[in-house]
Amino acid sequence: MEKITPQRLLIEGLFLSARKSPDKIAIVAEGESYTYAQLRDSVVRLANGMIKDGFKRGDRCVIYMDNTWPCVVSIYATQLAGGVFVVVNPQTKKDKLEYILNDCSTTILITDAHLHTVFSEVIGNVKSLKSVISSGDMKNIDTDSIKGFEDVIKSSDTKMPVISNLAIDLAALIYTSGSTGDPKGVMHTHLSMGFALNSLIEYLRLSDQDRILLVLPLAFDYGLYQLLMSVQLTATLVLERSFTYPAQIFKRIVDEKVTVFPAVPTIFSMMLSMHARNPLSFPSITRVTNTAASLPPEYIASLNEIFPNALIFKMYGLTECKRVCYLEPEKLNEKPSSVGKAIPGTEVFILDDNGNQVSPGQTGMLYVRGPHVMLGYWGQESLSDDVLVDGLLPGEKILCTKDWFKIDEDGDLYFQGRSDDIIKTRGEKVSPIEVENVIHGIKGVKETAVIGVEDEMFGQAIKCFVVLDPDSDTTLMDIKKICTNKLENFMVPKYFEIVTELEKTNTGKISKKGMS
Amino acid sequence: MELETQLRNFILENYLFTDDQSALNNSDSFLDKGIIDSTGILELIFFIEEKFNVKVEDEEMVPENLDSVDNVVKYVKSKS
Repeated sequence: MEKITPQRLLIEGLFLSARKSPDKIAIVAEGESYTYAQLRDSVVRLANGMIKDGFKRGDRCVIYMDNTWPCVVSIYATQLAGGVFVVVNPQTKKDKLEYILNDCSTTILITDAHLHTVFSEVIGNVKSLKSVISSGDMKNIDTDSIKGFEDVIKSSDTKMPVISNLAIDLAALIYTSGSTGDPKGVMHTHLSMGFALNSLIEYLRLSDQDRILLVLPLAFDYGLYQLLMSVQLTATLVLERSFTYPAQIFKRIVDEKVTVFPAVPTIFSMMLSMHARNPLSFPSITRVTNTAASLPPEYIASLNEIFPNALIFKMYGLTECKRVCYLEPEKLNEKPSSVGKAIPGTEVFILDDNGNQVSPGQTGMLYVRGPHVMLGYWGQESLSDDVLVDGLLPGEKILCTKDWFKIDEDGDLYFQGRSDDIIKTRGEKVSPIEVENVIHGIKGVKETAVIGVEDEMFGQAIKCFVVLDPDSDTTLMDIKKICTNKLENFMVPKYFEIVTELEKTNTGKISKKGMS
Repeated sequence: MELETQLRNFILENYLFTDDQSALNNSDSFLDKGIIDSTGILELIFFIEEKFNVKVEDEEMVPENLDSVDNVVKYVKSKS
């Protein structure tokens, strides 16, 4: 009788899939197909290359790349080498990249040659770094200090490394914008991620027959989990760098017979405006998912036209526990503004200021309990303690979402607003302080305040008020330029307003109440 | 003004917020350089349609037509 070993680590999902269906297509990256056997073999080789470079169990590997095949290989190779993967959005600029590399004291950086103008200026300032590996065209790259991704794969051993990690070891750090202005690394273990992905697979009714489209960044947990779910299921992931060129994506949906379409309201909004010009229809798609920002109920009729055979899932979550809740698609017309109930295997509570559960219809703070809750923020004990609070059992922690919610008689949830001033724009969380810090550092800027304003396309758009020094010749153009050089695109304010002064509270702090 | 100049000025002004011509090469990929992302592409399309009197069909919204100054210039010329 064959010995049955339970799956403990995320990476084991890949090996099971590769054993079961070695010739099945695992990844279609920008039209290029790779089988499960190819994925496993490349992962083994890269992991051996990393170990040879001195990478050890528990070490962090920052993966600063677009959605590409090398990025996928790097995510799994880091785990096989016993480490913690940290995928960083390729839009990230110099200062923030340097901050993240040092914050998690990364041992290896895997990146792509087209980002060399950013990373080459930073790597000299990261003492923990043992090796830098780059995919892509190496012609402008200093190959004495940076290795080619393909060279590492080709020259490395094919022998399977021994994995000694436990399920309670860290699998990933996912950086998210923090209320202090510096990004925080959300710590997830193999246990929390493995649990979350199986819960998602269950309620999304996914199977190995699915072909999942990914246009969202792998640095974003919503994007990352499409890969993890697909590999776990032995399904196929159709990977694209972004939604920027919609015709390319639409063609891919048809050619690759995509069945699952995960997106955010910004993408749906673009599709709706294209649909109005020229009707779109994607009959192969059977599941459409939305999270990151609320899906406007008025989109639903058009989405039903664009995706005539699809169930539409409205969901809500935060990186700290991956996903909180989802609305059963059958209830969409009945409760278009609800985000449903807790994902399978977890529970939520809405508590008032005294810690008592509120009754249906009352607003309170949402708390989450389950194996999907993070371990904390990397190196930030007090920030962790702020959101991980004592749970029901001795030593147990539950997650405070910092979001206000209501619940109805059936137990379905309704988002009411955030309790802090974090802005949610284009599906990303943005800390106003992070943007204010950049603008405040500009010569000629005396004061600044950043807020979120309602925006149909972005959910919230970022608006920035600036007070200039009286003798300054700084222009709005100068400010915008510095913003684009220092901030990811989604963090660059959409609106700027130059004002002569900002209202203060009696303690002298800038008062954002009443700004719009 | 020439097509290329108009297009360059539009990109420099609206996406890079500068008038420094050296900030943009005609062959630079908008995606690779992080110049344009999915929310910026429609603005570029509206600009092309309005300024150059070209109707950008849905199926033409591909990198070969839109992902650099060179590509857009070639595309617009092929349409007129």
